[in-house]
Amino acid sequence: MSLVAPTQSGSATLAAEALGPRRGPVAATIRFIRRQPVGSIGMFLVLIFGLAGIFADVIAPYNPTANDFAAMTEAPSWAHWLGTDQLGRDVLSRILFGARTAFVVGITSALVGGFSGLVLGVSSAYFGGRIDLLLQRINDIVMSFPLIIMALAVVSIFGTGVHNVIAAITIPLIPRCQRVVRSSALAIREVPYVDAARALGFGHGRIILRHMVPNVVAPFLIMLTSFVGQAILAEAALSYLGLGVQEPVPAWGLMLQGGAEEYATTAPWIAIFPGLAIMLTVFGINLFGDALRDVLDPKLRER
Amino acid sequence: MYRYIVNRILLVFPTLIGAAALVFALMRLIPGDVCLVRLGSGGTSFTAQALAACQAEIGLDKPWIVQFGDFLWGLARFDFGISMWSGKPVVQEIATRFPISLEVAVMATIIAILLAIPLGTISALKQNSWIDLLVRSFSIAGIATPSFWIGIMSILIVLDLTQLATGHPWMPPIDYVPLWRDPLRNLSIVALPAITVGYRYCAVSMRMTRSAMLEVLREDYIRTARSKGLLEKIVINRHALKNAMLPVVTVIGLEFAFLIGGLVVTEQVFNLNGIGRLMVLSVQNQDYTLTQALVMLVVTIAVLSNLVVDLFYAWLDPRIRLQ
Repeated sequence: MSLVAPTQSGSATLAAEALGPRRGPVAATIRFIRRQPVGSIGMFLVLIFGLAGIFADVIAPYNPTANDFAAMTEAPSWAHWLGTDQLGRDVLSRILFGARTAFVVGITSALVGGFSGLVLGVSSAYFGGRIDLLLQRINDIVMSFPLIIMALAVVSIFGTGVHNVIAAITIPLIPRCQRVVRSSALAIREVPYVDAARALGFGHGRIILRHMVPNVVAPFLIMLTSFVGQAILAEAALSYLGLGVQEPVPAWGLMLQGGAEEYATTAPWIAIFPGLAIMLTVFGINLFGDALRDVLDPKLRER
Repeated sequence: MYRYIVNRILLVFPTLIGAAALVFALMRLIPGDVCLVRLGSGGTSFTAQALAACQAEIGLDKPWIVQFGDFLWGLARFDFGISMWSGKPVVQEIATRFPISLEVAVMATIIAILLAIPLGTISALKQNSWIDLLVRSFSIAGIATPSFWIGIMSILIVLDLTQLATGHPWMPPIDYVPLWRDPLRNLSIVALPAITVGYRYCAVSMRMTRSAMLEVLREDYIRTARSKGLLEKIVINRHALKNAMLPVVTVIGLEFAFLIGGLVVTEQVFNLNGIGRLMVLSVQNQDYTLTQALVMLVVTIAVLSNLVVDLFYAWLDPRIRLQ
């Protein structure tokens, strides 16, 4: 856990610096909304779907897994706002619960993949030499390896389920994060204060975690938000292929599997709404990430 | 320059061998093997002797290290062996399915490039105008939308439109014919998948074109070019666009490799019999030889396009060569 603490405080100071003089979180948020109206729309979308996922039990009008054979493929109505699917399950309730699956998979994969990549990337740049060469070759291998084979293998070895989906999505995220972090860290390694820290006799762990990591936080945070979106898309794709989350767990990709094409002409809402949910969520995350980049990237701030 | 090229080419081999080791190990970590799948597929019981005979026939009884040696030796001679599942040569299994995947990938790339570069450039030139806003929304939406959903929606629209127009819903055919034999039929199969895949690809390249152009347009040499009275057309085409192309080419190259491996979902949506589906099938059948060959194919394409991008970069940008 010692890993998380310095990074979070580092990111907080950086974000606060970027937002001007030190203010409370409310003032900073208002300032962000005024400065980044488009990014705020993104933040709003993410909040809506995030809250929907958290409070799905309370908001959802129906049980997402309960079949109702008296109400199969019903068009959207007052009883079922977004209609029902081929088994009579309420589409809205399934989307609300699907948000939970999407965010759990998306955020966990992004955090685990991101932090592993952060530590590996900074270490790779800090130690250099053979360790760097070896880590970068492993990077090349994982990055060129087809994701789908990796996912298939993970699922075949460990079985399907949310945990294994997260593992399958996380592995390919690590090298991508590592590469970006490494290139930022390479520049920082040459900075005098790292030499000074070394001259003071600090250990490798302390130099990496306390002196280097906080300085690569800006590109890292931007990447982390885009990872959440990518992971949600990957989860949807794997579930759609039947390699991800399994029935009866409600997941957006899974909702598009099977019935979606079959009922394209008779009950198009089965296919339309889960896709819209994926799109809006990832759209929101990307908008928010773009705004975050504008705020955190000093190069863009000067313009 | 030669040293750089030789170094860069030599780096390809450890990646390929590493990928070979990874797929070899992953496949063998999956419980069971192709003989169990084959013998047990009908739900019938089988004897231990039958299983042992099947394993001996394919060579699964040899130690892993020997199997891995055989695999690497085969790779070195471009001999991929026989599919453990179908008994046909692996090369033949892949050759029958590769054209359709390649055609979708190439067409998607062409669509992406033709749209991304002009639109990205216009968007950068008219920064913050309504055109810019439109292009940016189009591209952010492209990155946010799952390609399989675009596929499903495009099928849905085609079905509904044909139903309205002719009274009979029409679906694109799924049996592949080469482009030169029946161009119209071929295009009706490939067009929708290519657009589906191309949209995301286009969105990514468009964003890159826009941000690269924005950066380049602020350079001093652009101001110099303008101040010496060059036509705006020449400033944009010769001075700005040429320099902005570096990162765009990188993205196009890297995404192409990604595309070949990522066709699985699109092929599933459109029921195409390409290498993406073959990949899923081969892992499910535990067909070691076929999976290994397919992974090596995808990895080689990825590694080579990386190499080409790097060399192209070095050729375009003298600063890299000198390092």
